[in-house]
Amino acid sequence: MSNTTTIQVRVNGVSRTEEVQPRLLLVHYLRDVLGLTGTHIGCETSLCGACTVMVDGAAVKSCTLLAVQTDGCEVETIESLATDDGLHPIQEAFWDCHGLQCGFCTPGMIMATRQLLQENPSPSEEEIRHGLEGNICRCTGYKHIVDAVKQAAEQMKAGT
Amino acid sequence: MIPAAFDYIVPDSLEAAAASLAEAGDNGKVMAGGHSLLPMMKLRLAQPGVVIDLKRLDSLRRIQVDGGTLRIGALVTHHQVETSSEVKDNCALLARVAGSIGDPQVRNRGTIGGSVVHGDPAADWPAALLAMGAELTLTSSGGARSMAAGDFFLGPLTTAIEASEILTGLSVAVPAAGTRAAYRKVKQKASGFAIVGIAVCLQADGDTCTDVGIGVTGLAGTPFRATAVEDQLRGKALTADNITAAAAGVADGVDALDDIHASGEFRAHLARLNTARAIQDALGG
Repeated sequence: MSNTTTIQVRVNGVSRTEEVQPRLLLVHYLRDVLGLTGTHIGCETSLCGACTVMVDGAAVKSCTLLAVQTDGCEVETIESLATDDGLHPIQEAFWDCHGLQCGFCTPGMIMATRQLLQENPSPSEEEIRHGLEGNICRCTGYKHIVDAVKQAAEQMKAGT
Repeated sequence: MIPAAFDYIVPDSLEAAAASLAEAGDNGKVMAGGHSLLPMMKLRLAQPGVVIDLKRLDSLRRIQVDGGTLRIGALVTHHQVETSSEVKDNCALLARVAGSIGDPQVRNRGTIGGSVVHGDPAADWPAALLAMGAELTLTSSGGARSMAAGDFFLGPLTTAIEASEILTGLSVAVPAAGTRAAYRKVKQKASGFAIVGIAVCLQADGDTCTDVGIGVTGLAGTPFRATAVEDQLRGKALTADNITAAAAGVADGVDALDDIHASGEFRAHLARLNTARAIQDALGG
């Protein structure tokens, strides 16, 4: 079957019109069609969170979403965060606090952190751990990630 | 993991969705958030030739309270239930259950209708819906019918929905003032699914239990209402001894699930323990 569907989607602020197969997963659309390989494919079973992106402002696991489901939506990936002026405060904080070792989970962690801090700019340690429950890291033991989120929260509050 | 190819239909109305489903027959699957269906399709456990995406049916995205009934549309996400003031004010149990599902990303996308119709034996919603005696609305091109949650779940990934029907929403009676409720879950760490989940909704006059509903998920291949435990509590004083004695029967006669996450024996133990604890939680101590 080679049927295709036309979708219109804004990815990191750029409007795109694409012919895609309905079975194309969002994560494959982002990585293979658009070349946005910052979004990682981890478990492929919506458990690990490495593929987390924002769709219409809400963090989702892009391995469990069809590209056609995002027709008409705004998608933001890890590539949307840094600007010519430098890294995003969450990225800075993960760097400063050693919130990563191998870095595989980091794009998803950062996008999940972004959602968490949008909803709760001053999370407690427990709220951070609860908010990042959908993201698995096999290197850090999470301590440094929690520290990074705390630092990012402080810096983002100071910056507004 | 890539799903098998399929035709993708996005109807503009419920009537059109029902017509498309009727035409597709057994070859069609309805999609809400896709968080139950897509994993099945990626594993090729489901290979529908036609996927009917309900995303344009905004009428199924509503939460309403009218005349003592709380109605939740099938497309309402777990996150919406968790954060809705209508739900928190009128039926806090459902908000608590919603907040315990999966993780934030899953709650943002997964829907109550999609989860219920999927019929996973370890899903959270059935426990609460059984404890509260929820009614489900099933719609096809031939009309709509109502079904009690207690009649809906038939087995692992098996429900009473017909191939031509769409679960469009569910309703629960807003609990009377003074109703106490709790949800206790031992979860599988990675997925958040229940190894055992117990929902309790009870009313008491002084310390005497006047009515109680207990829904159990995760323990068996089909979520069920623990009627024997309920019968033993009704009319009794809610003392620690009476609660423990009643809860001890929750797994009697149940063919407990047995897998890599927990043996059947351990699940039965967790069910007994957490039934008593959920009742204590509901009582507030």
